Amino acid sequence: MMLLEAHGLVRTYLTRKSMFTPPEAVRAVDGVDLVLAPGEALGLVGESGSGKSTLGRMLLGIDPPDAGEIRFNGAPMPALGTASWRKLRAQMQMVFQDPLAALDRRLPIAEQIAEPLAIHGIGTASERNDRARSLMAQVGLRVDQAGRFPHELSGGQRQRVVIARALATSPRLLVCDEPVSALDVSIQAQVVNLLRDLQDRHGIAMVFISHDLKVVRNICDRVAVMYLGRIVEEASSDDIFSSPRHPYTRALAASVPIPGARLDPSTLLQGEPPNPARRPEGCAFHPRCTLMRPGCAGAVPRLLPTTPTRRSACPVVAA
Amino acid sequence: MTLVRIRDLRVAFDGVPVLHGINLDISAGETVGLVGESGCGKSVTWLAALGLLPAKARITGTVETAGSDLVSGGRSVLETIRGGRIAMIFQDPSSALNPVRRVGQQIAEALRLHRGLRGAAARAEAISLLDRVGIPDAARRLDLYPHEFSGGQCQRVMIAMALAGQPDLLIADEPTTALDATIQAQILALLTEVQRETGMAMVFISHDLGAVGAVCDRVAVMYAGRIVEEARREPLFAAPRHPYTRGLFDAIPRLDGPRSRLVPIPGTVPDPKNTPAGCAFSPRCARATSLCASERPTLLPQSDGRALACFHPVPAATLVSREGVFA
Amino acid sequence: MISFVLIRLLRAVLTVLLVMTFAFFVLRLSGDPALIMLGPDAPTEAVAAFRAAWGLDDPLWRQYLSYLHGIVTLDFGVSMRDRSPALDLVLERIPATLALTIPALILKVAIGIPAGVYAALHRQSIADRGVILLSVMGFTLPSFVLGLLLVLVFAVQLGWFPSGGQDSWRHAVLPVLTLSIGGIGILARFSRSAMIEVLGQPYIRTALAKGVSWRDVVWKHALPNASVPIVTIIGFMIGSLVAGAVVVESIFSWPGVGRLLIVSVANRDLAVVQAILMVIAATMVLANLCVDIAYGLLDPRLRARTTAA
Repeated sequence: MMLLEAHGLVRTYLTRKSMFTPPEAVRAVDGVDLVLAPGEALGLVGESGSGKSTLGRMLLGIDPPDAGEIRFNGAPMPALGTASWRKLRAQMQMVFQDPLAALDRRLPIAEQIAEPLAIHGIGTASERNDRARSLMAQVGLRVDQAGRFPHELSGGQRQRVVIARALATSPRLLVCDEPVSALDVSIQAQVVNLLRDLQDRHGIAMVFISHDLKVVRNICDRVAVMYLGRIVEEASSDDIFSSPRHPYTRALAASVPIPGARLDPSTLLQGEPPNPARRPEGCAFHPRCTLMRPGCAGAVPRLLPTTPTRRSACPVVAA
Repeated sequence: MTLVRIRDLRVAFDGVPVLHGINLDISAGETVGLVGESGCGKSVTWLAALGLLPAKARITGTVETAGSDLVSGGRSVLETIRGGRIAMIFQDPSSALNPVRRVGQQIAEALRLHRGLRGAAARAEAISLLDRVGIPDAARRLDLYPHEFSGGQCQRVMIAMALAGQPDLLIADEPTTALDATIQAQILALLTEVQRETGMAMVFISHDLGAVGAVCDRVAVMYAGRIVEEARREPLFAAPRHPYTRGLFDAIPRLDGPRSRLVPIPGTVPDPKNTPAGCAFSPRCARATSLCASERPTLLPQSDGRALACFHPVPAATLVSREGVFA
Repeated sequence: MISFVLIRLLRAVLTVLLVMTFAFFVLRLSGDPALIMLGPDAPTEAVAAFRAAWGLDDPLWRQYLSYLHGIVTLDFGVSMRDRSPALDLVLERIPATLALTIPALILKVAIGIPAGVYAALHRQSIADRGVILLSVMGFTLPSFVLGLLLVLVFAVQLGWFPSGGQDSWRHAVLPVLTLSIGGIGILARFSRSAMIEVLGQPYIRTALAKGVSWRDVVWKHALPNASVPIVTIIGFMIGSLVAGAVVVESIFSWPGVGRLLIVSVANRDLAVVQAILMVIAATMVLANLCVDIAYGLLDPRLRARTTAA
């Protein structure tokens, strides 16, 4: 059975340009289907405005969908804020980009790591304390740092605290939104390895959101590429960057500089991501696409399986 | 021809040294990359050279250009060099432009200062600059404010503003860090293109070895306020010799090859208030010996043309090839 | 833009109306004007006649309705004391008040802003510390203390300026000083902190890197960005041009609106008090409107948010 199943997810925000114009509907997430097996790591990539962070929050039920359905462990996701949703939260945790903002600067880190246990009423105070210490060891923090405050730690150590706290309730799903983007290269590698180890050891399923394709590829089994609220291609992480099919995935992969290689201007994606409030007709990518055909501005292409392990939303490439 | 000659440049904040004597020459037309992690001094080097650090910074050493020293020259020398001979662009372009002035005014200001253009002439030149950096509909957008541009377009405006003074050298301080990958590639391509047309030199400051490799001829790797390795691009990327440079390469995941575990550099960057005696990298270095902990290696030229500050460098024979790193 | 101004204007009128309604009911619940006007020993018939003449026997809601009706026809009632129209009484006092508050405002702006900017540009210097110290003293010292202090020194001890009255410009010196010193301190503080914040912004570094001279960086790049918080404070000061001198006018026996207010409240001269409160509320609201418009002129980002596209 799948750990997480999402069908037809839509999330619309109303934004106002000014006090006197009618609000505009922006579809941040626009009809997303995806599944996640227990223990699997799925990467979500795309430019800013692609809806990847919104989708991540929706998968945890923090951002309720306007349409569509999410099933966790076979049962429908309970509504945000209900007792059963809070109970389920013990099994689903989130890690954000900025650890300093995610931590309480007035509490020692061991207390913060044990906090989810207290919230969910798990164990006695001394059991929680022991658990916090064992979690610290697991994420590579020294036990003698238990009484430290967040500002006394480095950026990498703070992110370890956040990860330890997310692991406290032994979740089955971890949603990580740009967890290593703020870290230096050498520290980033430490945290990436930590996430990989935790996944191997505990079989935690993971949704890993990042703009860094190299990190996503290293951590994830499968990758979904998003453009303006829709998944345009999905495949195993080995296939998707070595043989990208969708023109957008190709452009994305080509934009990543390879150390030691000169920039190749011929593969550059032209233009900027369009404003989500003015989504182009048909395939949203067609104004920037090198393979554009007249039909691309017509119907929205559907995400269809091209091979048993791959889905792509480009009829031009599929043909 | 040497455009800028930096000698023994040192910077201290409130008595804490953060830059420990940088020597660097920039020649006309070349592109030099400065790589390193946060706090290594790569940005501070050039902010100090151009007198852009806060007043509490203590700067010594010399930065010679056009026959004058920028460190001792004072405000009047700096104001003629800045934006004219040496221009600079920054990270986070959206906040680097003045939010209450139209982008056209901001470009025209540079044109007035360095080329004496005013009024209609300045406006026409500003339009052609915006056009040059790839802002569509430049004539109309000249009158817009920075918040009406995306991050990538703001960086294009910054580049246009830098080009206004027809500089001999452009300092690009993490110009693509805050941008999406696709936009980053566009900006890198634009910088390379502009450089080819104008023949100006560029210093590209970045933590991203990939981006540095994409545009630079020569690369200097910095750690804890010092240059630890300096070489031309090809030899450096083919065979990094300083253990820190090598560590940086190993820590970066790849978009091809097997998805193996990364090889991180253990530990963290030292606190400037408490740098180790000897080589600052020694506590994190697998090759370190007791010598490294007590003596500081100096940056010495090597037979293959690179400069290296290490007692026990990675042997030149172990080439980093795509397979090699992970073998 | 036009609809923006219209909506703000409508809101302004509504605010003034609310203030006046509040004042109307509070004044009528706080003591009988008849007893105060005629004295506690007045015969019962005289009191009754007074109450009948001024409509004070009517139910409160009827008094309120006739009051509202008066406002709509621009009739703000007559003073119970000397039977002249209340609004005229107030308006004829306004020039005297403005003769104090406008010079004080000019002093606040002319000294406070430059002092704050100078302090920001010379942080940690003796001048900076001096500005901070003086500004703290300026706005912690209540004006009745400051006023009496100035009288003691400059009128009583030195005899340079008179301690009260309104006969020549020399009479205005001490009240204007009393009024302006606190405001100078406040403006200096705000200008200093706004400038310090702006000078740390990345676009200031960009301007310097471009070769702009330090003087132009300060005046053309930093000050326009720092002006939004400063304008907020100035707007507040403009709003209190009419009402801000109540205490000072009493200390220096200056025949302005403030003095009229105190006398009228003491006498329960309802129409006059209400007219003063209306004028005060109207200036406050008008000043606020000006500040909002100034925001849009100073910062294009705020313009985009508040004006119609």
